[in-house]
Amino acid sequence: MTAKICSAAEAISVIKDGDHVATYMWSMCGTPGYLYRALAASSATDLTLYIENFLPGPPGTMELGYPDPTMLLAHVKKIVTPFLGGRFVGRIGITSDFMGDLIHSGKLETEVTTHGVFVERLHAGAMGLGGFYSPIGVGTIVAAGKETRVIDGKEYIFEKSIRPDVGLIKAARADKLGNLVYHGSARGANPVIAMASKVNIVEVDEIVEPGKLDPELIVTPGIYVDYLVKIPEDDISGAKNLKELAKFGVALMNTKGVK
Amino acid sequence: MKERLDETVMAMRAARELKPGDYCNLGIGLPQMCASYVPDGAYVQAENGVIGYGPLVTTDNVDEADVGLIDAGGQFYTPAPGMSFFDMVTSFAMIRSGRLISILGGLQVSENGDLAIHSTSEADEYPQVGGSMDLAWGAKRVIVAMTHSTKDGKPKLVKKLTYPLTAAKCVDLIVTDVAVIEVTSGGLVLKEFAPGWTVDEIKSLTEARLSVAADVKVMEL
Repeated sequence: MTAKICSAAEAISVIKDGDHVATYMWSMCGTPGYLYRALAASSATDLTLYIENFLPGPPGTMELGYPDPTMLLAHVKKIVTPFLGGRFVGRIGITSDFMGDLIHSGKLETEVTTHGVFVERLHAGAMGLGGFYSPIGVGTIVAAGKETRVIDGKEYIFEKSIRPDVGLIKAARADKLGNLVYHGSARGANPVIAMASKVNIVEVDEIVEPGKLDPELIVTPGIYVDYLVKIPEDDISGAKNLKELAKFGVALMNTKGVK
Repeated sequence: MKERLDETVMAMRAARELKPGDYCNLGIGLPQMCASYVPDGAYVQAENGVIGYGPLVTTDNVDEADVGLIDAGGQFYTPAPGMSFFDMVTSFAMIRSGRLISILGGLQVSENGDLAIHSTSEADEYPQVGGSMDLAWGAKRVIVAMTHSTKDGKPKLVKKLTYPLTAAKCVDLIVTDVAVIEVTSGGLVLKEFAPGWTVDEIKSLTEARLSVAADVKVMEL
């Protein structure tokens, strides 16, 4: 099947209650925020969300186009992530104690992992593996409750692979066959999520005719891409608006004084 | 109270550890700032998939901020010749390869080089592990850049960690706002102290046993 070009709402409607959904989130860089907004408007419930970072934005930034994952909370029963934000100490005064309330009341389950383990669990899922033995996090919270094994005198932790039902991906450009290229460090874990997930929905800034992308530079081949969604140019999640948000971000990060 | 080094100066001092030919991952927080002070011929890596990037964008060149050029902690960086992008499977294979130096932040470091960075209590709802465990395990040299004391004045260089362990016996050097300290098989060794400070003053802020290098000197800024 070649990629189906459709609206975000139509693509998101393939997500069923209870599905495992994987997505990349790294501030506003490589995060499929346009799809987040469509998922937030959908009726899907009880999702397990595999998300690279869960980073709530400072108050007011969601309205400016920041892909704030808290908009998905009403649809999610469990979050698996290496980085659960909400209590930044220091540089950015983010607080979101409602996350703590959700966790304490048992309404939201969480599982912690590391960035390297997270992407390798996806990679293992993509390769059809059940899991792997990892040396990362021995003796820490990451090892809690997991099988361990000594290999050549070193201790390893068993890490289960991840094979999500649906992947939500962001790429810069696609051709009509679904071949994807990314921009800068927005590539992140998008390619491995695409390889691991059974169905992929991809948002892009631009869709071009086959042949317009240099085949040497295609990162994710179209075979992985099921649904292609073009972000409307003037949308709050669009490149133009994010450029403005980036300026806001620089001021917010308070890099003043850095020469 | 005596003046401590600010974050910019700490980042400059930590970045000075890098030599031409070095590749170094920069962690979240203060280490991100090191990108602006890397010596010629050394290259920095961000875990989300870039190596060889340039100085951070500041409010002076905000128009250069590109939403695709963000480092590990969400700061915007400028592109540099020879920079390359890759996905995060490649990035973490690189991080675990032993080819990178790592500059990390820290909450506590113990006498034997154990590191706590991801949370302050086992009961923490938001353990923020990120890539710290991968970096601490995989880097060929781990430099921790952090303040010497907590905001309420408690020592962060401790005999044994009281915060949850991130990685055991991984730290090689600690750059604080008053000192540079090496982690050796014999414990922590004071190598440098900030201008205006004395060895005894540094010791009084340090819970861990701290020996003093024969060639201890004032930090050159």
